[in-house]
Amino acid sequence: MTAPILQVRDLRVQYRTPRGVVQAVDGLSFDLYPGERLGLVGESGSGKTTAALSLLRLIKPPGHIVGGKVVLDGQDLLALPEEGMRHVRLAQIALVPQGAMSSLNPVLLIREQILDGLRDHETGLSSRAQTARVNELLAGVGLEPAVAGMYPHQLSGGMKQRVCIAIAISLRPKVIIADEPTSALDVVVQRRVMETLGKAQEEIGAAVILVGHDMGLMAQFVNRIGIMYAGQLMELSPMKPMFQKPLHPYARALIENTPSLAVKAIPRSIDGSMPSLMELPSGCLFHPRCSYALAACTTERQTLREVRAERRVACWRAEDIAAGAPANAGAATAAGALSPDAAPEKIGLNA
Amino acid sequence: METVKYLVRRFAFLVLVVFAAGTLNFFLPRLTGQDPIRSRLLDEMKNGASFASGISDLVKVYDEKFGLDLPLWHQYLNYLGDMSRLDLGQSFTSYPRTVAQLIGDALPWTVGLLTVTTLVSFALGSLLGALVGWPKSPAWIRAIAPPVFTLAAIPYYLLGLAMLWLFAFELHWLPGSGGYRIGTIPSHTWKFAFDVLQHSVLPALSIILSSVGFWALSMRSMMVGITSQDYVAMAEAKGLTNRTILVRYGLRNVMLPQITALALELGYVVSGTILVEVVFTYPGIGLLLFNSIKLADFPVIQGIVFTLIVSLAVATLILDLALPFLDPRIRRRA
Amino acid sequence: MADATIANTTNEPRKASGSAVKEVLGYLRRNPALAWGIGLILLLVLFFVFATLQVSSFTEYRPLSVRPRLPPSLQYPLGTDTQGRNLLALNALGLLGTLSIGLGAGFIGVVVATLLAFIGAYFGGRIDAVIRLVVDIGLSIPTILLLVIIAIAFHGLTLWQMALVVSMTAWIRPTRIIRSQVLSLRERAYVEVARMSGMGGLEIILKELLPNLMPLIFANFVASITHAILASIGLEALGLGPADNPSLGTIIYRVILYQGIIQGLWWWWLAPIVLIILIFIALFLISVGLDELADPRLRTTS
Repeated sequence: MTAPILQVRDLRVQYRTPRGVVQAVDGLSFDLYPGERLGLVGESGSGKTTAALSLLRLIKPPGHIVGGKVVLDGQDLLALPEEGMRHVRLAQIALVPQGAMSSLNPVLLIREQILDGLRDHETGLSSRAQTARVNELLAGVGLEPAVAGMYPHQLSGGMKQRVCIAIAISLRPKVIIADEPTSALDVVVQRRVMETLGKAQEEIGAAVILVGHDMGLMAQFVNRIGIMYAGQLMELSPMKPMFQKPLHPYARALIENTPSLAVKAIPRSIDGSMPSLMELPSGCLFHPRCSYALAACTTERQTLREVRAERRVACWRAEDIAAGAPANAGAATAAGALSPDAAPEKIGLNA
Repeated sequence: METVKYLVRRFAFLVLVVFAAGTLNFFLPRLTGQDPIRSRLLDEMKNGASFASGISDLVKVYDEKFGLDLPLWHQYLNYLGDMSRLDLGQSFTSYPRTVAQLIGDALPWTVGLLTVTTLVSFALGSLLGALVGWPKSPAWIRAIAPPVFTLAAIPYYLLGLAMLWLFAFELHWLPGSGGYRIGTIPSHTWKFAFDVLQHSVLPALSIILSSVGFWALSMRSMMVGITSQDYVAMAEAKGLTNRTILVRYGLRNVMLPQITALALELGYVVSGTILVEVVFTYPGIGLLLFNSIKLADFPVIQGIVFTLIVSLAVATLILDLALPFLDPRIRRRA
Repeated sequence: MADATIANTTNEPRKASGSAVKEVLGYLRRNPALAWGIGLILLLVLFFVFATLQVSSFTEYRPLSVRPRLPPSLQYPLGTDTQGRNLLALNALGLLGTLSIGLGAGFIGVVVATLLAFIGAYFGGRIDAVIRLVVDIGLSIPTILLLVIIAIAFHGLTLWQMALVVSMTAWIRPTRIIRSQVLSLRERAYVEVARMSGMGGLEIILKELLPNLMPLIFANFVASITHAILASIGLEALGLGPADNPSLGTIIYRVILYQGIIQGLWWWWLAPIVLIILIFIALFLISVGLDELADPRLRTTS
């Protein structure tokens, strides 16, 4: 196996609010390999967007990155001075943002918004080369050269997101972070935008971290998937085995609640909602809602560990579940079905 | 087609404002049921022996248009007719000079003072406010903001009085009254220009000092609003320099509402300037208004009010028409 | 953060209603702008109280009642002007006059504005369009100019006539602001719910809209007072003030007219300027404080 392009180790992000400290990302660790597509999935407030943005060091107060390492191609980003980090953004690690509709400056031409990134990273293109580069980038995401001379309000949502993708790949970064890139778009457009993103990524050979809550969309796009809950990774596994047999009870609940995939069973449901990040339960964070929970789960937290080849799970009972152990009797007597969309927004950046 | 519609609407509004100015000018002084101009005129005729002949001519002309034998609506139409021909009438106290001549003499002073002070304070204030509202500005900029904001709460002319005392009376640094030295004859020489400039410093400074804070305040709140926009976050993710983000993503967007604010606040600026002129006996429209009120020279007062309202409406129109060139979104809607 | 908020407020015991004063003081500590603004108003009140205790007779605000041109002394703490007025008496009464004009005109202005805003929203259509047009025209005419020609009609205004004149323009701005807020509130869900539950238009206005608009209306009241005072002082400084009743702007007018600054009578102009500035800063701070009170996002307490 090749060396990872991005290594995240024990990343911790806090929000310091007047009412207390919120642990938005709590000891996140994973590796990302060149060309790989990794999905980060979780309910709103699970810390997935915070985690993604902290890789770019774009967390704003009251949020603070309080610990950990983000090593991109041998360089610890968290140790860089601010100006050094600025040079890394876009050039080495780029963002495809969440709000496609509002992420472009309404009063600047598309051309200008593509070029100012190139300019501020001192690529020193002649004006003819700039035009050529803009056209090339637009073509790469399936847009006409004429789009360069338009303003954002003249474009549809899907076109705007394509422009954002064009900007993200304009300096051939090693990692692209796509933060729910299709959340504001309708289903048909979603698909095409994802195809565009995939194509663009393959062309420049970047790795992608796709953040989202739509399991169906994930299943079509990523190679590997990490499931986040209350700021922690619950399971990190290759896509196929994960969907065939999730080993973490939470992963299992999420997957079984994805309509298009849950053909084999009646959608199950889970009691309760995500805990307040300020008053986390003891032991395993998921145990109050877990239908496999044991007494040990209420006191001791399991960290991510390799349960099968390439499959890392943070659950005491992962082996039991793999072996087909049944859920606790009477545990799943829930009312509301757990759906990634249902929970209210809880963490600043998602709101 | 849309643009034509917008232009037509905008011009119709201008005409409406001018019409309103004329109407108010006619009816408001007659609120008490009497015609104060007429009674003032008759007083003047009784007292003013020195130019009695001129005044009685005036009365005759006035009675033809606004005489008691004419019904009110007829007088009103006559008045509107005069206004539409920009015939502002005769001054009582500076007879035989017309109101238009008096205003014509005073207007350049006011326009000059107003233009320079507005441009300077708008530019300075907007820049200061933008920097204060920008999270990555140095701390010292935020430290100078509160005193500047406080100055904005003080009417221009009160600051003017204080400056008149300090710089003209106590320190003798600058002349504190008039538009040029008494006894000099206005001419197109450098010496005279310098003299005028010297006399304008204090009035200009008092306007600028107190209005910088006003523009800074309005800019700051808009800037704070813009920093939470998605496209600013995107600009940061693009690794742009702070300068680029501030100028192209911050200022560039905030300028639009700020210019709209300028169009809305021009009236306030003009009102403030009128009184600053009075404080410094600066020979503009404001001083003319003050003196005309003192002498109860009603046609001049009405002429000034009408002229200022129309000028302001035109200035606002120009700003409104300029806005689409800055904002592509309005350009399409307009 | 929703969860966190709920969790913490339930932990906090509700304070007993008896300590209302304490609560207000506690709030003022968290809202320094409002506290300073109210503090400055109290300072002005204190000035007036001091004047009532010190001045032998308030009639000394009239000319020729004391020796002219006296600098501040124990007997005349603010000195006297060139025409023999006791400046402490004059300024105290002037302060009272200016504040009365401001409060009166501001009140009329905001009441008219609220009525017009609701009439526009309630009837909509042509009536609303007319209101909007009149407001737009009004906004493009500087207040002071309008007031100048109104003042021409009246010879020697009384204090209350002055307030009335100023209030003729004090409604324009607040109408615009309140109207747009009414329009946006009308689209909110709870108004929709009220409408569906069979409430009439008037009932919705009184029970749903008005209570929600109170903070905004109050903020506009303060803004309206500020504008009214600004306009009245400007009008007075131009020489169109009330003839008999003292007001701060009229003092300024006399300073300008008789060249008080060139004459070196610093005590003549200093006191009214300081008083006016204090009024404006107080109103400015109060409005800043009220913004925080009215805008839930800025609020730090529940």
